[in-house]
Amino acid sequence: MSEHSEASVRAEVRAWLEANWSVDCGLVAWRNKLIDSGWGVPSWPKGWFGRELPMALEAVVEDEFQRIGAVGVAKTGIRRLAAATLLVHGRPAQKEKFLRRSLTGEDTWCQLFSEPGSGSDLAGATTRAEFKGNRWVINGQKVWTTSAHHADWGLLLARTDVNVPKHQGLSYFVLDIHQPGVEVRPLRQMNGHASFNQVFFTDAEVPPEYLVSEVGRGWAVATTTLMHERRGADGIRTWGMASGGVGRIYDEERAEIVTVMEPYKWYPQRAGRVDLILERAKATGRASDPVVRQEIAKLLTLAKAAEWTARRARAAQMQGKPQGPEGSLGKLASSHVARAAARVHTLISGADAMLTGEDGAMDGLIAEILVSVPAGSIAGGTDEIQRNIISERVLGMPKEPRTDNDRPFRDVPKNLVG
Amino acid sequence: MQFSFTSEQEEFRSVLRRFLGEKSPPAMVRRLMETEAGWERESWRELNQLLGLTAVHIPEAYGGQGFGPVELCIVLEEMGHALLCAPYFASAVLGATAIMNAGTEAQKRALLPPIAAGDTVATLAFTEPNGRWDGAGIEATATPAGGKYRLDGVKSFVLDGHTADLIVVLARSPGSTGDEGLSFFTVPGDAPGLARRALKVMDPTRKQARLEFHAVEADLLGEVGGAAAPFAKTLTQAAVCLANEMVGGAERLRQSALDYANLRVQFGRTIASFQSMKHKQADMLVDVELARSAAYYAAAAADDDDAELPALASLAKACASDAYMQTAINTIQIHGGIGFTWDNDTHLWFKRAKSSEVFLGDPAYHRELMMRAWNV
Repeated sequence: MSEHSEASVRAEVRAWLEANWSVDCGLVAWRNKLIDSGWGVPSWPKGWFGRELPMALEAVVEDEFQRIGAVGVAKTGIRRLAAATLLVHGRPAQKEKFLRRSLTGEDTWCQLFSEPGSGSDLAGATTRAEFKGNRWVINGQKVWTTSAHHADWGLLLARTDVNVPKHQGLSYFVLDIHQPGVEVRPLRQMNGHASFNQVFFTDAEVPPEYLVSEVGRGWAVATTTLMHERRGADGIRTWGMASGGVGRIYDEERAEIVTVMEPYKWYPQRAGRVDLILERAKATGRASDPVVRQEIAKLLTLAKAAEWTARRARAAQMQGKPQGPEGSLGKLASSHVARAAARVHTLISGADAMLTGEDGAMDGLIAEILVSVPAGSIAGGTDEIQRNIISERVLGMPKEPRTDNDRPFRDVPKNLVG
Repeated sequence: MQFSFTSEQEEFRSVLRRFLGEKSPPAMVRRLMETEAGWERESWRELNQLLGLTAVHIPEAYGGQGFGPVELCIVLEEMGHALLCAPYFASAVLGATAIMNAGTEAQKRALLPPIAAGDTVATLAFTEPNGRWDGAGIEATATPAGGKYRLDGVKSFVLDGHTADLIVVLARSPGSTGDEGLSFFTVPGDAPGLARRALKVMDPTRKQARLEFHAVEADLLGEVGGAAAPFAKTLTQAAVCLANEMVGGAERLRQSALDYANLRVQFGRTIASFQSMKHKQADMLVDVELARSAAYYAAAAADDDDAELPALASLAKACASDAYMQTAINTIQIHGGIGFTWDNDTHLWFKRAKSSEVFLGDPAYHRELMMRAWNV
């Protein structure tokens, strides 16, 4: 620890930034320079663009970037997950080819995990990868793929063996999206937006050198990706915050962020927009109705308690204490808050809750809340899966009995719905 | 704002958990709850001599230890967990806090040290048979009489009112209304003209009394006619304390339900292995942890003297009341038939959950107070 004191790191990064940072630099050129310096991803290994700094000191580096207004490496979107996963599991040639261009933002990525037949049960994926001649041939369908329509590369989880138990028959690939065997179609949601895609593979091809880790080790690799996804889930809107700086490099960064964040524009509505409740209650005069007041108070109590629970979890984490139960409840608590908020928004809006668009309350924003909230308790782990996780991992209750782990995947009952 | 405890506070909690676990096992709770007093002087003295709990939040100048609301709330959470039968809420929380908020310097110097030492048990008599929790509901009158005052009226729902040595009474000057004309008085428990009767309470672990004042001679505490503000402050602080106490009880029940589910076998498997049970337990954990966050936040806000404290106290009280009651209902459900028996301990905490839900105002009342405090 002594070689990396907070003060020495701060002084070093500050000196480097003062000598090198320029708003007139091109975004990619600047990021290449940053990557070469080791300050772009300071916690990464020294062999791969990093300085092996402890995580705690990363905040110090970030602090100095903010102080001077310097742009960092590309952190938005799935490329962050791709880089983190390949750093751990990728072969040297894969790291060589993909890491730098992910950090510069030149390459855009998507995550090809969920399927129509496997949502909560991700390891039940049935998209096939068969080795034919000198390449992997991919057939099947993925869904809920954010940003597939402007991605260059996909992180693909596919089945390579149906004759072994489900987790052992999966492999992990990097797939080139720009090829004839890949078709990307937008998926329209009940709220009218199309933030996700369906991706169809018809004899799509993957060269053998794009297999990540070993054949049959795909689940372990996917677990790394998912861990980073969960870790970042809180921050999705912070990474998407463009700086308001003036200069060429800021313009380029803003354009990048706008593209990446476009699919997430309704996410605040998905969380219920508790921030609008009091304003709406006062504007509509419903704040004087004792029943409405009670419901508003219940909602605000729930929302505040959930927020404070998250802050307790963060405080424990910052102090390096073992995670208590408060750290595992956030997702479920957010679902409760969102649902309660939708109910109270309805109560406040009355008949207007039936209208959308410019006829609806707040130009349709309230309607968008009402038809977006159902996503929150499904996406990123359903409430039911969250309850299983809490009861099994936090409370130590018995695991669900499984009938799909001890037999070849081909013998596991499959979906009866399309 | 503090979102975690210091290691000293954690250590204090674990000492209390161990101590109260030994001193207040369910068998002890059951023995004391069958008595009319509901507590015993001997074990009360031990509690205060060994750990100085009645002195925790009282400033050192008045014989206390000088800790703040956060430490006081740790004590209450642990007492709620153990369901301790003792006049702590009456004396340390309500009585001492009212004196600290309202008393003159000389009164604090005279009254607080024996309370801090645990030699004097105090209580606060404010609510009347009309069941109102605010100052405006006070009907008892105080009439000046030869340098002292004469109290007339009836107080009810007075915690440990039949056993307390010192009673702090809220009364009004004849003819006054609302928050005007309210004053605090002190009366010895054995004052002539004071008739005390233990009420038949649903929660026998926390006794209440009805006090009838017939021309009882009383000393003024603090300023004449100036009790409204210190009274409101006392109620706010007491609500924070009660919220923390309820969290301790809810946590105890949640854990007991989990332990039982892990042992009870039906259909050839523990009932803990059924997904309906697992999901119920996960929901119970969410309820308790959210209430805990609200209670801890309110305690930290009290420590900071946060201007939002009245709203936060009501929020915490409402949140903890709902969580405790819901946890109690679920705990009985998880125990099944045995959970409805007198021999099973669940009902002891269930009844505390019920009395705490109502005491100082029910959740709907506090939600309304919170909305008003936020100017909605």
